[in-house]
Amino acid sequence: MTTASSGAPDRAPVLELRALSKSFGGLVAVENVTLQVYPGDRKAIIGPNGAGKTTLFNLVSGVLPCSAGQVLLFGRDVTRWPSHRRAALGMARTFQITSLFPKLTVLDNVLLAIGGLRRTKFVMWRSLASYRELQEKARRLLEGAGYWDRRDAEVRNLSHGEQRQIEIVLGLAGDPKVLLLDEPAAGLASGESREMAEFLKRLDPQLAIVLIEHDMDVVFDVVDHISVLHFGRVVEEGPAEQIRASEKVQEIYLGTG
Amino acid sequence: MSGRRKLAMLIGVLAALAAWAPFAGPFAILLITQALVLAIVAMSLDLLLGYTGLPSLGQAAYLGVGAYLTAILATRYGFGMDWSFWLVIVLGALAGAATAALFGLFAIRATGVYFLMITLALGMCVWGLAYRWNSLTGGDNGINLPGRPEFGIRLADDLTYFYVVFGFFVASLGALHVIVQSPFGRSLVGIRERELRMRVLGYNTWLHKYIAFVIAGGFGGLAGVLLAYKNGLVSPEDVILTTSVDVLLMVVLGGPGTLVGAALGSAVVVFLREYLSTLVHWWPYVLGGVYVLTILYLPGGLMGIPEHVRRWRLRSANH
Repeated sequence: MTTASSGAPDRAPVLELRALSKSFGGLVAVENVTLQVYPGDRKAIIGPNGAGKTTLFNLVSGVLPCSAGQVLLFGRDVTRWPSHRRAALGMARTFQITSLFPKLTVLDNVLLAIGGLRRTKFVMWRSLASYRELQEKARRLLEGAGYWDRRDAEVRNLSHGEQRQIEIVLGLAGDPKVLLLDEPAAGLASGESREMAEFLKRLDPQLAIVLIEHDMDVVFDVVDHISVLHFGRVVEEGPAEQIRASEKVQEIYLGTG
Repeated sequence: MSGRRKLAMLIGVLAALAAWAPFAGPFAILLITQALVLAIVAMSLDLLLGYTGLPSLGQAAYLGVGAYLTAILATRYGFGMDWSFWLVIVLGALAGAATAALFGLFAIRATGVYFLMITLALGMCVWGLAYRWNSLTGGDNGINLPGRPEFGIRLADDLTYFYVVFGFFVASLGALHVIVQSPFGRSLVGIRERELRMRVLGYNTWLHKYIAFVIAGGFGGLAGVLLAYKNGLVSPEDVILTTSVDVLLMVVLGGPGTLVGAALGSAVVVFLREYLSTLVHWWPYVLGGVYVLTILYLPGGLMGIPEHVRRWRLRSANH
């Protein structure tokens, strides 16, 4: 019994969605979505606009309450937990519409992101600038992303592409084990999104990533498993190659479905 | 370096004020003391409005709680008329904080204009109590204090009392400055800029806002104690909505998110009000005009003027 079949690894999932649903009044935005994410997984959720992808992320990260179903994080039922407690367990997310701190500098943005999971966030009698370790960590993150030279620039003065990158740096700042990326390549030029894909591939292989993305080049480049969402339901899922060949998926995307 | 220069300038201005005080007239010294007391409240409100983005319109409530506590202790128990003055200071700050801890449970769940309305309503509750609870507060007449404390030094002397208030003002400014530079203070700025992101980053934003609200209440209570001893009379006038509005406008006029701006705003409002009211009977219009012009043309308040000038120069240099 030493051979683990590829479908059922002997590790526990880091993130598990069980029959997750959300309705806004009569509108069912997410219906019965079930998904398991293991350490190091690279999964994508694709689907046309309005398919419920971002709503699904909002349910998983606790931004919106679920109507039914369960969210399990590292085996613990976090369905009713607020966002900040889920983050404390090791889940981070980014936003489709850039959600940075526009009037703060790049460095301050990153420092806030690093501080979110530390007890020091309640310290009132010592200046933030005096925390060597936090500053060092911010430096490492910004050097890794190539922004150390521009640490004192206000984020609102950066270009859209640069803001998208800072968005991901903020997602990584808390050393998450699960990272939800909501359209990291949204609004990027094709060269930039190729860079983004390269950047994502260089991340820690133990980090589990769930990606929402419209740019199929990025999706096929980064992930190995895809779920297709249509009107809130998973209509097809499987290895990337299988989805690429699926007629049903092509129908949905061409609008004949 | 620019931070060090600002600090040097601030110390210079404060030292000049302390050195000039003995030569100021008796009326002026009372006005400065009044401005310093209200500056403490305005700075506490700046922690909420300028740093956290919470526009509280009930800050006079904590001032009132501190003031009434002082007056009741002094008249009923003769407490706080000697060295126990220092205890009353602590009790006043604690009472302000405790009131804010209670009110915060209702107010912090709301944001924006709803937060403003709830804090306004809660402030009115305190005013209503002060006005109607005759047996405790003396109703409309208020409470007359038996004088100012004496413990080796006689605070009855206005100049001496000015130096005491000045000391508390500097200490409050220093304490609030340390808070806004701390990791906690920076988290408040993050909440002001993008609360949802802060939550997803792992901050319990409700708790951070609540703590800030309680701290602001504490400083309000402290200012209330100082105000009660200064005036020798505590009445519903001190906790009326106008006081809360005044304090809010001090912050807006001086420049939110600067602390020093709140103090500057307090000085301008107190002096405009007192001097103008001796000159013309339509002085409220002048004050109103100043507010409107500030909001329209100086969103950064008085503290934003240097930045404004720099930009204007840059623009004209480019032409």
